[in-house]
Amino acid sequence: MIQAVIKGTYNLLVGMGVTFKNMLSKPVTFQYPEHKRVMPDRYRGRHFLNRDEDGLEKCIGCSLCSINCPVNCIHVVSAENDPNNPVSKGERYAEVYEINLLRCIYCGYCEEACPVDAVVLREHYELADYDRKTYIATKEDLLVYPEPNVFSVNFLGNTKIVNKK
Amino acid sequence: MIDDILNFLDPYWWLIIGVVKAVIIAVGLLSTVPLLVWLERRLMGRFQVRLGPNRVGPLGLGQAVADVVKLLFKENIVQSSADKFLFYLAPAIVGFTAIVTFSAIPFGEPFEVGGQSIGLWGANLNIGLLFIFAISSMGIYGIVIAGFSSNNKYSLMGGLRSSAQMISYELTLGLAALSVVIMSGSLNLYEIVKDQSGSILSMNLVSQPLAFVLFFIAGVAETNRAPFDLPEAEQELVAGFFTEYSGMKFAMFFMGEYINMITMSALITILFLGGWHSYIGLDIPILVFAFKVFLLLCVFIWLRSTFPRIRYDRLMTFGWKFLLPLSLLNMLGYSAYKVLFAG
Repeated sequence: MIQAVIKGTYNLLVGMGVTFKNMLSKPVTFQYPEHKRVMPDRYRGRHFLNRDEDGLEKCIGCSLCSINCPVNCIHVVSAENDPNNPVSKGERYAEVYEINLLRCIYCGYCEEACPVDAVVLREHYELADYDRKTYIATKEDLLVYPEPNVFSVNFLGNTKIVNKK
Repeated sequence: MIDDILNFLDPYWWLIIGVVKAVIIAVGLLSTVPLLVWLERRLMGRFQVRLGPNRVGPLGLGQAVADVVKLLFKENIVQSSADKFLFYLAPAIVGFTAIVTFSAIPFGEPFEVGGQSIGLWGANLNIGLLFIFAISSMGIYGIVIAGFSSNNKYSLMGGLRSSAQMISYELTLGLAALSVVIMSGSLNLYEIVKDQSGSILSMNLVSQPLAFVLFFIAGVAETNRAPFDLPEAEQELVAGFFTEYSGMKFAMFFMGEYINMITMSALITILFLGGWHSYIGLDIPILVFAFKVFLLLCVFIWLRSTFPRIRYDRLMTFGWKFLLPLSLLNMLGYSAYKVLFAG
């Protein structure tokens, strides 16, 4: 009985010691709007369309991403390239390339299916907005290619600073 | 003219002083509650390795004001199945008893102003401790009535749990305090504090450590604080006895709980930690008293952020089979000592 009491009291004190140590340690909180997390390399955030080294669009309008998409959120209409003034390296290019970001489940299958690494999911996670219409990402929204972790391309347009902590 | 008024008022100064003191205590207590809520949220945050509210105002202090304003403007919902009279009565009882309990707590030596002796207390009763226990147990009625009149299973459960818990732990609380009363020979809180003046060794904490521990545990249970917050028990009972309450009526329960917490800390300070005696030369009675109360409040918060809620049957077992015999033994031991050796 007495042994149990002593052991129990000791255990309670150990617990209080743990929380006391926690109080003295640095909080793990990110002060979000001022400080933004650097996301892991393979984080699947918002989509972007790549350009190649000549500045042409990588997308060849093959619609494999659209076919592979489990929720049918990608809409691609391809068109023939003008040989004198090509939009992409291939025979065709995507005349319309739209992603419904509300429907998208951010699975990354489009990225995997793409034969030319045109569509990618990147670390941009700030996807909140007030208007449903802005969630239909068109080619103009997707073709910007920001530096890693520079959050200047989001819908609200209010975030520029990136900090580890 | 002015002389006439002063002559008329002369025999009634005690009344005026009393009214002023009552206002100061009531307003002071009510305005401490938002700050205490802020302190709890900040401190709990730090105990859980996060920051706590820090957005509204400097250090998040505006949070206290924001919370109050929010509660004042909230819609007051009374569901049609509730017993209206009792539903309105319950929070009033809780708030009233909480404030009245504090009125009997002294927090400093009396001082003289213009021939009038002003004591730093609401009322210096010669049965102060008894009065505090009596009034604070009346707070249970508020909780039970709240649970009963809400016409809601969760509320009823919360009210029943609360009454059972408070009755069980009040015995321990009283017996632990009784050993202090026996040793100092007075129920008057001012006398009890005066009895502890001198060196740091004359604190009741030193001479009666077991009574202190018992009183503290029972005090935590008595104020319905975690880990003994079974009447509220968010996870099982939504919010227990005040599930159906909203707006300012909810805030009354909230205030009642926090004022009870302050009163309990003040009582522990008076009974065991030597009240306003600092023992280390710093002689500002109110500040010393407030500092001790503050430390105890921090311990209350520390306990809340450390321990999970105790199971109901274990709460009862702990209260009746462990704390009560222990406090009885403790009380009997000190009374035997008093009779045999201290005369």
